[in-house]
Amino acid sequence: MFENIIRPETLEPIVRSVINIGIILINIAIIVGIALFHVAYATYFERKTIGHMQVRLGPIEVGPHGILQPIADGLKLLFKEDVIPQVADRTVFYIAPVIFFTAAMTSLAVIPFFEKFVIADINIGLLFLFAMSSLGAYGIVMSGWASNSKYAFLGGLRSAAQVLSYEIAMGLSLVGVMIMAGSLNLSEIVKAQQTYPLGLYLIPQILGFGVFLIAMFAETGRCPFDLPEAESELVAGYFVEYSGFRFALFFLGEYIGMFIMSSIAVVCFLGGWTVPQFILGIPLIGDILSKIPNIIWFLLKVYFFIFLYYWVRATVPRYRYDQLMAIGWKILIPVALANIVITGLIKLWVKGMI
Amino acid sequence: MPGTYIPSEYLPVLIFLMVSVTLGFALLLISSGILGLKRAYSEKFTPYESGVPPVGEPRYRFSVRFYIIAMLFVIFDIEAVYLYPWAIVFDKIGLYAFIEMVIFIVILLVGFIYVWKKEGFKWD
Repeated sequence: MFENIIRPETLEPIVRSVINIGIILINIAIIVGIALFHVAYATYFERKTIGHMQVRLGPIEVGPHGILQPIADGLKLLFKEDVIPQVADRTVFYIAPVIFFTAAMTSLAVIPFFEKFVIADINIGLLFLFAMSSLGAYGIVMSGWASNSKYAFLGGLRSAAQVLSYEIAMGLSLVGVMIMAGSLNLSEIVKAQQTYPLGLYLIPQILGFGVFLIAMFAETGRCPFDLPEAESELVAGYFVEYSGFRFALFFLGEYIGMFIMSSIAVVCFLGGWTVPQFILGIPLIGDILSKIPNIIWFLLKVYFFIFLYYWVRATVPRYRYDQLMAIGWKILIPVALANIVITGLIKLWVKGMI
Repeated sequence: MPGTYIPSEYLPVLIFLMVSVTLGFALLLISSGILGLKRAYSEKFTPYESGVPPVGEPRYRFSVRFYIIAMLFVIFDIEAVYLYPWAIVFDKIGLYAFIEMVIFIVILLVGFIYVWKKEGFKWD
C-alpha cells in the first residue's frame, strides 16, 4: 500500500523486508481495530434498530442513549467464567471458536476499502473469500461435535448442511459478475463496473444479485435462515456449551462474517468505493456528493446491507428446515445457472460474436 | 523465468492469518486465564439438557439426508470451480467455449433433475 512512500534502494534487503512487514502489520492493526469496533457498534445498531421497529427503546441505561452498552458487554464477557463440559473433546473444543474467528477475520485481508487500500491485492480475491467462508463451516462442525451435547450436535449438523447448500448458490451467483468483469480481483471488479451504465452491476446482474442476497443471509446464519441457532428449538445450536470469551469469538466471527458478505455484495454489485454515476449526473448535488471520500461511500453501502440484515430480522419469521433446503437447491441453483447462460449470451451478443 | 515466481502478494494474507490466530488465543488466555471468575462445582460441567441430567448418548444416529447433502455439495461445488476459470477468460475464448460450457451445464442439469426426481432434496 505505502511502498512508494519509502524509497529503500539504499537499504540492505533484510532491513527492507523488515520495514515492509512492519508496514503490513500496521495496516493489519488498523483493519483489526476497525473490525472489532465495527462488531461492538453493529450490536448496538442492531439492538437499537430492532428496538425501534418493535416500538421500544433498545439499550438506554449505559451512557447517553446506551452508547457505552457494547463496551460494557465486551468487558462483561472478558470477566466471565470459562466453563468446559467434562464430556467435551477438549482439544477440538478449544480450537473450534478460534478457527471460526480466524476464517472470518482473514477474509478482511482482501476487501478493498477504497482504491489502493487493500491489505493483500491478490488476483484470486473472490475465490479466497469463498474458501474462507467454507473454512468457517469447520469451526461450526467441530464445535457441534466436540461439545458432546444433543443441542450442539443437532445445531452443528444443521448449520453445516445449510452453509454447504448455500455455498453453491452463492458461488454460482457471482459467476455472472466474473464473466462481465473478467477478473477475480476485487479492485478490478470495481474498476470494470465503471464501463457499464450507472457504474453498477446491479441492473445487468439483477438475477445474480437476488440469488446472492438470499444466499448471503443463509451463509451467515441470520434471520430468516437462523435455523442453526434457532433459540426456541435448539437453545443456541452449535455454541450452546460455550461460555465467556469462547462464545464471544463465535459472536465476533458472525458479525465480521456479515460485514464480509455485505462487502462482497457492495464490491460485486454496487460499485465498491465509487460514487454511483447517476448521482454524479445530477448538477450541483453531484458535485457536492463526489467530494465525499471514497471510504465513506464504501461504508455507507456496506451499512445499508447491514441495516437490511436487521430489517429482515425484525420483519420475516423463521423458515422451516425443509423449506430452507428447497429454496437453496430447487430455486436458487437453477436460477443462478440460468443467470450464467443468459449473461454469457448477452456478452457474446454485445461483442458481436453471435 | 519459470520456477522463480515468489507469490509475495500473498505474504500479507499469511501475516493476517497469524495475527488473527494469535489474537484469538490471546483473548481467550486473558479472559479464561487471568480475568475470568473461577467458581467451579461439578454440576456446572455437565452438558446442557434443559436442566435435567443428560439421557443417553449425545452422538446418536442422525438422518442420512445430511450425507446426501454433503455428497451433492462436492459434485456441484466442483462444477462451480470449473466455471470460474472459464468465466475469467470468457472474453478471449468466445462462442466455441460458450457452447462447450452450455453442454457441460446441461449434463449437470440432467444429474440435477435425476436427484430431484429421486427426491434427494426432500426432507421429511
